[in-house]
Amino acid sequence: MLTPEERTEIEAEFPHYPNRKAVCIDAMKIVQKHRGWLSDEALDDIGELLGMSSTDLDGVATFYNLLFRRPVGRHVIYLCDSVSCWIMGGDQQRNHICKRLGIASGETTADGRFTLLPVVCLGACDHAPVMMVDQDTHRDLTPEKIDQILEQYD
Amino acid sequence: MPDDKPLTGNMRSDGVALDLKAYERAGGYEGLRKALGGMTPAAVIEEVKDSNLRGRGGAGFPTGLKWSFIPDKAPHPRYVVANGDEMEPGTFKDRILVELDPHQLVEGMILAGYATGADIGYAFLRGEYTVGAERVARAIAEAYEAGYLGKDILHSGYSFEIYLHLSAGRYMCGEETGLLNALEGKRANPRAKPPFPPASGLFGKPTTINNVETLCNVPHIIRNGAGWYRGLSRSKDGGTKIYGASGKVKRPGLWELPMGTTIREIIEEHAGGMRDGLQLRGLLPGGASTDFLTGEHLDAPMDFAGVQSVGSRLGTGTMIILDDKTCPVGMVSNLEHFFSQESCGWCTPCWSGLGWAERILRAMEEGRGKPGDLEKLAFQARFWAPGHTFCALAPGAAEPLQSALKHFRADFERHIDEKRCPWK
Repeated sequence: MLTPEERTEIEAEFPHYPNRKAVCIDAMKIVQKHRGWLSDEALDDIGELLGMSSTDLDGVATFYNLLFRRPVGRHVIYLCDSVSCWIMGGDQQRNHICKRLGIASGETTADGRFTLLPVVCLGACDHAPVMMVDQDTHRDLTPEKIDQILEQYD
Repeated sequence: MPDDKPLTGNMRSDGVALDLKAYERAGGYEGLRKALGGMTPAAVIEEVKDSNLRGRGGAGFPTGLKWSFIPDKAPHPRYVVANGDEMEPGTFKDRILVELDPHQLVEGMILAGYATGADIGYAFLRGEYTVGAERVARAIAEAYEAGYLGKDILHSGYSFEIYLHLSAGRYMCGEETGLLNALEGKRANPRAKPPFPPASGLFGKPTTINNVETLCNVPHIIRNGAGWYRGLSRSKDGGTKIYGASGKVKRPGLWELPMGTTIREIIEEHAGGMRDGLQLRGLLPGGASTDFLTGEHLDAPMDFAGVQSVGSRLGTGTMIILDDKTCPVGMVSNLEHFFSQESCGWCTPCWSGLGWAERILRAMEEGRGKPGDLEKLAFQARFWAPGHTFCALAPGAAEPLQSALKHFRADFERHIDEKRCPWK
């Protein structure tokens, strides 16, 4: 079941669109914000409110890079793997993160603290290499800087 | 306001967004007052047509002409969509517009709405622009409070709503019909055209879609006039352009300059030239989906015709610089990985061909290139040409590949002959 909070946030989107189906991406983002990821049960809950099947929702969820159908860590590291960051040494930064956290790209640390995901260009190319951790953008990455940044997220 | 930088001249250097008061002090919403106070929608469209403003999202379609495609008798509700899904690799210009001067976008959307008789606007922003989203949301709220949005705006009888939509992330959302599907809560596959969005767009209603930078120009055009706007430019295309450079130049960044500023001036004067010890090998002038240019093209003006005349496209105007210590094959491999991953899977040349090319390029980088690979790559790139797919993703993917095969052929051949990447 959707929590009252999830339901209220989703319903606040209804007036912005002419039908409930159009709200489904917002709805999935809202539920993911509260639960971390979109389980089958989460899709059932959303589908019930929006009048959609969970299969339809799954089709939409799997299309979008920022909707997760598998569990992720408490913090998600989004590391840019596009061209400007690649030129500026993005691969070395990725190797450093993987080594430090003991995971490969796409994996979650054993303690559930971090998931590392490669993402496309984050639009801060004059400060490449760039990553986001959750909602925050971090620029001009170096191994030392990455170590300091990751310390901030428990 | 510094007259020569209407888009960025008012921005604060400390990174704080202009609020409503600061925006108004700089002349903000005067364009809207002028339009609603005495210009017909047709007159607004004429002014924008006269300004020679062309779309800043990559395709360069004349903005006034696009607006005129909404027929007078078209049904309601009509929509205006601001395309802020800035996901073209190497492109970071719309970010500063939404982060530092969000009212400019709001006013541009209202003016576009008035000109096309629209009822509702959606500001579509990529989900990763969290700071921009917060600031655009605040600007929208301030505009409602001040009577610039909502019912009977400034007692003109015109009403317009704006809603903010944050994307869940996919390059396809930048393609205009993919974006419309995303707003409808669907996978962002492209739609068959015709019908085009002015006839049947969002929720099947008449819709106008403009890039964020395009819309940000409109308040200034209406306030100061088309003649003033044309005068900002060094070329036939009106206005200024936010140019950018990333890669190993001394000072990567963004600069608002007259449309038609040369590539050389942008790289050498504004970006400070190449870092010490590096030579310029090539550049993508306007994002990942533009053809490579090389050192011989630096005197081309960065406007739509100028870049086209040397074999590429202005695109988003934010260039990605390739230096002589970076492997061009590796760069193309990175680009095709991006396009292949972001393909929506709708059209065969795209979902099949991009992955094929990506695998060939990766193999080449790993020393497993084979004779005949370059012919296969060229063959694939021809299949991605416009007309073979529903949208411009595959044609965009062809541009850096086909041009790299031309300009850096010897580098590709060395990878195959030496069975390794010579840069590693």
